[in-house]
Order: sequence, then C-alpha cells, then structure tokens
Amino acid sequence: MAKRTRREIYLGEGSGTGSGSQHLYVNMGPSHPAMHGVIRILAELDGETVVNADVEIGYLHRAFEKECEAGPYNNAIPYTDRLNYVSPLINNFGYASCVEKLLGIDVTERCKYVRVIMSEISRVSDHLTCIGASAMELGAFTVFLYMIKAREYLWELVEDVTGARLTISYARVGGVKADLPDAFGVKVRKAFKETRQVLEEVGKLLTGNRIFMDRMVGVGALSREETIAYAITGPLLRAAGVSYDVRRAQPHWAYDRVEFEIPTGRNGDNYDRYLVRMAEMEQSMRIVEQALDALPGGPINVDWEGRAIDPASYVDLGKQGKTEGLLLIPITLSPNLAGIERPLHRALNVPDKRVVLPPKENTYGSIEGLMNHFMLIMDGYGIRPPKGEAYFAVEGANGELGFYIVSDGTDRPYRVRCRPPCFPPMAALPRMIEGEMVADIVPTFGSINMIAGELDR
Amino acid sequence: MDGQAILLRLTSTFGPGIVETHDHHGDPTAVVERSAILEAFRFCRDDPDLRFNVLMDLTAVDYLKYPEREFGPRFEVVYHLYSLPHNHRLRLKVRVEEDDARAPSAVGLWPIANWFEREVWDMFGIRFDGHPDLRRLLMYEEFQGHPLRKDYPVTKRQPLIGPNN
Repeated sequence: MAKRTRREIYLGEGSGTGSGSQHLYVNMGPSHPAMHGVIRILAELDGETVVNADVEIGYLHRAFEKECEAGPYNNAIPYTDRLNYVSPLINNFGYASCVEKLLGIDVTERCKYVRVIMSEISRVSDHLTCIGASAMELGAFTVFLYMIKAREYLWELVEDVTGARLTISYARVGGVKADLPDAFGVKVRKAFKETRQVLEEVGKLLTGNRIFMDRMVGVGALSREETIAYAITGPLLRAAGVSYDVRRAQPHWAYDRVEFEIPTGRNGDNYDRYLVRMAEMEQSMRIVEQALDALPGGPINVDWEGRAIDPASYVDLGKQGKTEGLLLIPITLSPNLAGIERPLHRALNVPDKRVVLPPKENTYGSIEGLMNHFMLIMDGYGIRPPKGEAYFAVEGANGELGFYIVSDGTDRPYRVRCRPPCFPPMAALPRMIEGEMVADIVPTFGSINMIAGELDR
Repeated sequence: MDGQAILLRLTSTFGPGIVETHDHHGDPTAVVERSAILEAFRFCRDDPDLRFNVLMDLTAVDYLKYPEREFGPRFEVVYHLYSLPHNHRLRLKVRVEEDDARAPSAVGLWPIANWFEREVWDMFGIRFDGHPDLRRLLMYEEFQGHPLRKDYPVTKRQPLIGPNN
C-alpha cells in the first residue's frame, strides 16, 4: 500500500481510489439559503466545476390537480392563488378563462381590461422579486430592499382591489369579484412613479456594475435551439432571442388593443435575462397606463339617487316579503355581505345566470335572485360546462401558463392540468450549470425565478 | 394553418393511424394510434407547413369514471404542441389500456419530455418505453400508488417512512 503524503490528501484524493482525483458530490438544498423554495440540487463536482447535476423537486407538492377535481369549478380559484404566489392574479385569470373557454362565454369589455391591468401589475411585482432576490444573492442587498420597497407599492394596489395581498382569489368564472376602487388610476400612477424611480436607481446600480456583470455575463447560457427544445417560454426564451409572447401571439382579453414591445436579448445568459426582465417591467407599466385610459365606461359613478337603504333593513324587508319595487332602489351594501353592487356587477360579469352569482341585492331582495344563488352554490348544481376539453394559455410572469381542463358535464372539473411556466427551465437547469463553477449555480438558479408553488403544485 | 387544415394534413398522411379528430373550442385535436405516435411527432415537428417545434405540455387523463368511457381505454396521454414559426397549436392524444399502460417516449425528439413523462409515470403509472431515467418526479420513492388515478382516494394516507426511531 502506497504511503500517502499530506499533500495528496489536501488535493482531495479521498479514500479508496489509489490515485488521481475524484469527483465530489455536493447537495444544495432542500433547505439552502439561496434556494428560493424547497428544492435539491445534487451536483457532481470536479474541483470547483460542476460536471453533472441532478435536480430533485416535489417538496412543495400539495396535490393541486387532485384537489381541483374534488370541488366545484369556482372552488379551485383559491388553490390557483398558491401556484405562483408572487403573481397570483395571473393564475386566477388563467384558470377562470379556461373554464370560460369550456363554457363558450366571453367576459365583458370592462372585465377584460381589469384583468389586463391586474395581470400586468402582478408581472411587475414578480419581476421585481426575481431581480431583487437574485441580486441579493450576489451581494447587492440594497437592490433587494429597493425592489421590495417598489413591490410594496404594487401590493398595496393589489390590496386595494382585492382585499388581500397574496391569497387574493379575485377572479370568478365569468368575471371578477369586484370592481376597481375609486381613484384607482391616481394610485396606480403614483405607485408607478415610485417604481420607475426604483428601476432607474437599480439600473444604475446593476446594469453596468463590474461585479454584477462578472457574475452574470455569459453564465448559465442556453442556446436558442436548446431553449426551444426544452419548451422554455417567457423571459428566458426572449433572452435567447425568440420574441414569443402569448400576449402577442394569441392575444387574450384586451392585449390586442394595447401597444407594447417585446424586449429580446441575444445570448440567452443570465445578464440578458436580467435585461429582458428590466425592460418588460417598463412595458407592463405602459400597458397598465393605456388600459386605464381605455377602460370602457370610464370610472363607474354609482349615483345614489333616491333613498339609500341600510343593507340590514333591506334584508329585513326582503324577509318580510316586501320585495315589490325593491329591485329598483339602489342600495349600498355593507362589506360584510361580501357581494358586488348591481351596476358594477353588470359591467364586470357576463350576463349569464348559469355561471355568475347574482348581485347581492337580488339574492337578498327577490326570490328569483335567491334561487339563482342556490342553483350555483348547492352541491351537484353550480357551473356545469358541456362535456369536452379545452386548453387556455396566458403569459405568466415566467412564461406560458396553461390550463387544460376536461369536463364531464357535472359541476366538478374532471381533470385540471396546470402547465407551470417554471417547470421546463428547471428541467433544463442541469444543462445550464454543467461546466460552470459552483458559485454560478446561485445566479443561474435565481434567473430562472423558480416558484415552488407552481413547480410542484 | 388553421385547425381544420392541420387535421386534414394529418389524416391524409397517416390515414388509419389517426383514430379520431375534433376541433372543439378551437383546439384542433387528433387521437393517434400508439404505434404511429412517434412517427406523427416527427412529422409534426419536421414538416415545413406544420413545424411544431415546442412540446408545450404533456399530461394524461384517467377516464375510469368518465360517463360512457368506463369500458374504453382507461388512459389518454395528452400532448400539446406549439409551432413558433407558424404560431399554431395542436393537441395529440394516445389512448392506452390499463393492463398495458405504456406509451413510446418522446425524449428523443424533445428533451423536455424527460421530466413531463416522469411526472406522468409518477401521477398515473403510465410507463414510457425508451425513457432513459423513469423515476418518480414529484413524489418520493417509497410512495405507494399513483395519486392522480381516479381510483386513488383523495383522503388516502401513506405509510410513514424513515427510521423507526
């Protein structure tokens, strides 16, 4: 047996090989500070170079698809919040639109614009989180704080509209839960002013920054052909020079009526992904501003002519059967009735009683409204799309977010499939980090913007 | 090309290899014989008029409890294709029986099929012939059963794993 010198052990000979170097296996995760969720990368290293990698996912599997089959159509909407929990509104609308496609109904114009506005606000907040977090992992903590500050302004807008910041459950099949609040446009413009300022500051901090560029330029690159073969969409595909965007290719809602550009990169590396995301945020804000200007009907002024009745006494009158003429009287609803007022309801929801819950005035004020309400709420009734299947894709913040729903004619979806946009890049992650250094795993992984909620479902 | 033209082209090329086609909700769909599916993929990907170069999604549906389908082939493997050059979509489906739940793997054509097929194996227990590494993807190795099958109850518990102490 050859006598080992101290030097050979230092070189990492390890035990049992006899001669030469040996590959080292390193686990990153499942719980690692630079992993944005629970995920495990098993990397095979030769020195500091990654030779091979295996990615293990599924730690956040919550049986989303199975649970959707267990309840009526609208019950799946809270589950979709938890898919991409940084931009939940896009998931909401994507799911609702797929059911609408199955039903063959078209939502109202105002609802389409509301969906566009809220989706784009979500996209900006998603990109802010992605860039902020990956910059923080490279040591730029200031950028993270700036970005989160800007995201805070946007999430306040989301809170204004939906009442929640993250688990928003705002969409409904056939419409949305409620209308935009008063003076929303003013708030949006104020928030965007702050966001633009943050983006300008961050651009100055990062875009030409020597340290940042050393870590990002040429790292984690994937060729255009390989990006396509891996079905990668969204900012990663655009960074590789393919200008595919669902919003332009198959415009849904009101995307064909707003002007925007599709920023593309050339090299498909982390730096181009960063640049594409930065440019996309500006485009998203442009879309929101146009959509706010073009919002059909403009701001809906609910003009309370006549006597505004207190909702409690309105319900009392209804219970006593004094419903004659009640439907003609506009009332204000207290928020604890959790409904939507009649004029807004008409603007936002399809006039289809088989799909959309009636406005709360009707539910509490007339027998027809009450029957309609129960026909949609009772077990075994509800929304019943005809037998068939439909696939609907929206542009999520990370790429094409598709829903494939099979209906068997009952009130529950027979099968719901979500095509998560960050699934393909995660499958391609081993290809992106092979041949790179260990330290390059972190920015590459950050540029994918993996969201465990939609990856594992 | 619009949906009808795509389907016409497929049926004229493959003839009896195409079991059934429909165009519901504007999604052109073709059910393909299992023996012809790889050939159909290659044709769809390489034909200059079709050029479906992206395998956008791959999943399966268990038709065990679907009305009027209880006795038919139990599973359908569903492929969603997209063409970047032509901007059109196509859905291909393969029906497989329960006691012969296998389909040819598309990994040779699109590397993304690797993970998609692993997920389908994990969730439905459909094997993919020619797959290089058919392991479970979302569930752990010790998991028993395939959770998205319709006969897997939503409330089912799994045995605890790990060391005894």
